[in-house]
Amino acid sequence: MRRKLKEIKVAVAGQPNSGKSTIFNLLTGGRQHVANYPGITVEKKTGTYRIQEHKVFLTDLPGTYSLTSYSLEERIARDFLLQEKPEVIVDIVDATNLERNLYLVFQLAEIGIPLVIDLNMADVAKSRGFQIDTEKLSQEIGAEIVPTVGNKGRGKRELRQTIHKAYESKKSPRRLDYGKELESILKPLGQFLSKDANFSKRYPIRWLAVKLLENDSEAQRAVKKYSTNGEEILSYVEEERKKFISQYEEAPEKSIAHQRYREAEKIVGHCVKQIRTEPKTLTDRIDMVVCNRFSGLIVLLGTIYAMYNLSIVQGYKITNYTWPLLAGLQKFLVLSLPPEGFVFDPLLRAMPLGVIGGVIAVLNYVPIFIILFALIAIMEDTGYLARMSFILDRVFRYFGLHGQSVLPLVLGGVYVGGCAIPGVMACRGIKDEKARLATMLVVPLMNCLAKIPLYVLLLGLFFAATKGIMMFFIGTITIIIALGVAKILSLTILKRKESAPFILEMPPYHLPTIGGVLRRCLERLGIFIKKIITVVMVVMCLVYLLINFPGLSKERKAHYNSQANRIKKSFMKKIGEDNPYTKLLAGDGLINFTKYRNDYRAATRGVEEEKTKKVIEQKFRQRNFEFFKIVKKGKYELEGKKIKDKDAKKVHKTYKKVFNQRRELRAEKKKETIKGSFLGRVGIALEPITKKLGFNWQVNIALISAFAAKENAVGTIGVLYESPPTEREDRLEKRLGEKEGGWTPLHALAIILFMAMYPPCIPTLLMIRVESGSTMWMLFATFYPIILGIIFAFLAFTAGNLLGFSGLKMMITIYTLAIVFMVGVGFIKRKEKTVQQKTAQDEIHR
Amino acid sequence: MTLDELKPGQKCHIAKVNAEGVTGQRLLDMGFVPGAKIHIIRNAPLVDPVEILLKGYHISIRHSESKEIEIVVP
Ligand SMILES: Nc1nc2c(ncn2[C@@H]2O[C@H](COP(=O)(O)OP(=O)(O)OP(=O)(O)O)[C@@H](O)[C@H]2O)c(=O)[nH]1
Ligand SMILES: [Mg+2]
Repeated sequence: MRRKLKEIKVAVAGQPNSGKSTIFNLLTGGRQHVANYPGITVEKKTGTYRIQEHKVFLTDLPGTYSLTSYSLEERIARDFLLQEKPEVIVDIVDATNLERNLYLVFQLAEIGIPLVIDLNMADVAKSRGFQIDTEKLSQEIGAEIVPTVGNKGRGKRELRQTIHKAYESKKSPRRLDYGKELESILKPLGQFLSKDANFSKRYPIRWLAVKLLENDSEAQRAVKKYSTNGEEILSYVEEERKKFISQYEEAPEKSIAHQRYREAEKIVGHCVKQIRTEPKTLTDRIDMVVCNRFSGLIVLLGTIYAMYNLSIVQGYKITNYTWPLLAGLQKFLVLSLPPEGFVFDPLLRAMPLGVIGGVIAVLNYVPIFIILFALIAIMEDTGYLARMSFILDRVFRYFGLHGQSVLPLVLGGVYVGGCAIPGVMACRGIKDEKARLATMLVVPLMNCLAKIPLYVLLLGLFFAATKGIMMFFIGTITIIIALGVAKILSLTILKRKESAPFILEMPPYHLPTIGGVLRRCLERLGIFIKKIITVVMVVMCLVYLLINFPGLSKERKAHYNSQANRIKKSFMKKIGEDNPYTKLLAGDGLINFTKYRNDYRAATRGVEEEKTKKVIEQKFRQRNFEFFKIVKKGKYELEGKKIKDKDAKKVHKTYKKVFNQRRELRAEKKKETIKGSFLGRVGIALEPITKKLGFNWQVNIALISAFAAKENAVGTIGVLYESPPTEREDRLEKRLGEKEGGWTPLHALAIILFMAMYPPCIPTLLMIRVESGSTMWMLFATFYPIILGIIFAFLAFTAGNLLGFSGLKMMITIYTLAIVFMVGVGFIKRKEKTVQQKTAQDEIHR
Repeated sequence: MTLDELKPGQKCHIAKVNAEGVTGQRLLDMGFVPGAKIHIIRNAPLVDPVEILLKGYHISIRHSESKEIEIVVP
């Protein structure tokens, strides 16, 4: 019988880039679970392993330099430590950076939870000539130390054992002595705090005393909320702080930090010897090229181009290979649905069809995402991302963004073709909350792949001669507008958001490990797919309902049914009563044959090889020999003889006519259904207003239906302009041209610009909600692009007509206006900055 | 003298950090404390920000923040 294992909670903490995730993965093996912290973007990973009769629950905390309440990561890390109360903390310390890492060690020790120091990157420290006396270090810090090399798996067993030992011993680590001046305040404060027994059970007293003296707002809140004599304590601290400042002319938080560093320096002096110094590390040499004024820009452009090309362009090519698989899956799923009717399909077929189509369409982009996520992981791992921000920060700051905004914007589609979903996800790396939100909100303005078909259609039709230059204008106007909008957002609604100072560590370059990159890539893909699929399913159902209901009236339905009967009757009459196939095709026979023929055509489409063809034919022959004769137009083999069946040939010929008539009837029905649907009514109702933008009701419906997925726009226009059934999908351009003789290039330009500003698709919106942690931002991201789109369409159409400009001339005018807007808005910056600084200073003085 | 006035290649040590609030705390946490030695490595291609070496690791910092750091050039 298995005994139930006792559970131990262990937190993995440490400074950024010290190897926490590597050690975490090392300790837990593959067994881990990735999620987001509730409501925010930082990933929360938990994993387990067993040691003796214990099951260890490990949690990977975000990397933090300190434990203040100023940044999101730090708040998360310390909330976890204080509220979840793990039994052991493992602090991953970067051995090459001991001094700064000790600064965090002292803070973790104050919490009082048993502490294990993992001295990671031991290999790098050695190769740089550092000699670390771990025993002495352990004595001076007052906690166990285990040297490890995370990426090589060295030190795993020792680390597990030491964690276990720390758990068993329950020994609190030694606390830092802050010196007479500070201790004379901290000691009485601690006594004061521990008077309330309940409160001192809830919080580590020493830690809280230090935080209060540091003027930490969260600590103050905790005291006010949970301590019985909170007000008293706070006013006591306030008093002591004032006294300290007037006596030493320095804020206590500064003295505290100085003392920590002094102690760290002392310990490093005792325990670390540098036996040789490298004149120039490899990182230095790489940076001389990568951060150089000239070669740096080339490397940067090359990297951006490579990322764009590999993921979007090459990834798109891969989808050509994966698409047949997905199409096969789709076919397989469709087979299990109830069969179609002659004109009206059962709801249980039509609706799942839409849902399956929607999900498959999203899955089609998976290869792109895999490549993208892998590339992002590589960029993060190598350390190049930090260099990228270093180089570009100046440009983006001008627009309220951040050096790190470049990647999301590129992924979103800087020229033509990108995808907003990974773009939004890539915003995660931006440390500055304000810039992160601003970037996230403008990424969907970029040109994602799905916007392109409509551009191509309309440009081909109305700007045939100037297609290339027009595409350039459209491809680039979005980034111009996005930068301007980002600036405006950061000046207005994002004004109050946290803006972190730009003090960014430039970590040494690391060779990424394949396992690490793969793991991160798959983790993100998993989260993405799970989230997206469920939502897409719900949304596709909704869209189906909106575009098909309330549906046709009884009379109209009867009309279509009688039309259908007429077609069927005339078919029967034409093939004649004496035709041997007549009986077979009577009643349900015709629709059964239709299904058979569709399947046959689908199965043989694109099959070149004779052998495969034979196998398929054999299958269909077995399925229904009589139908087989018809689809073979009467030519088939029987017992080795070639047979020509005239009756079958006649049936086939007549059937083709029926088939076309049926298509026409169904198209007409579909058009009428959409026009009368909820969505259609909205489209028609809006026409008086949208006339000013150059949109008729068909365009309205098409644009609204694009909300679920922008690819829909061209499809819906196709349905609404469906005419003689012999015309194929690819002739849509011609139909539009003929039917809309009234359309001018200005009409087209208005539609194109509206599409360029189009609100994000549902999956992107969902991602925005996840990444911003708020439904409000999601709604905002939905509505502001519509307003923007209306403005531009109005400019293009109404202003264009008033001025009597041609399409191209109007495009150039608008383009110029956009540039003026961008540059103009960029200038506001400096003024704003000084205002901000002033208010910040005011706050401090108060 | 403040940190933003130095040119790449120059060395100095910190006298005082004037920044308060978030920026001030962040600077402290990253090791900008009196006495710490700084080596200016390079400017970004567009001059701002600046890459410096502090306590053995590299940090990039904007002019607007390095203005708050008083330094002494030996
Ligand atoms: N040479 C060497 N590289 C290591 C060692 N441990 C980790 N790395 C590498 O260091 C890099 C950073 O490791 P991560 O585990 O992502 O660091 P982290 O602390 O989780 O970083 P953040 O989550 O960004 O704070 C990766 O490229 C690892 O492969 C080590 O002991 N030696
Ligand atoms: Mg990590």
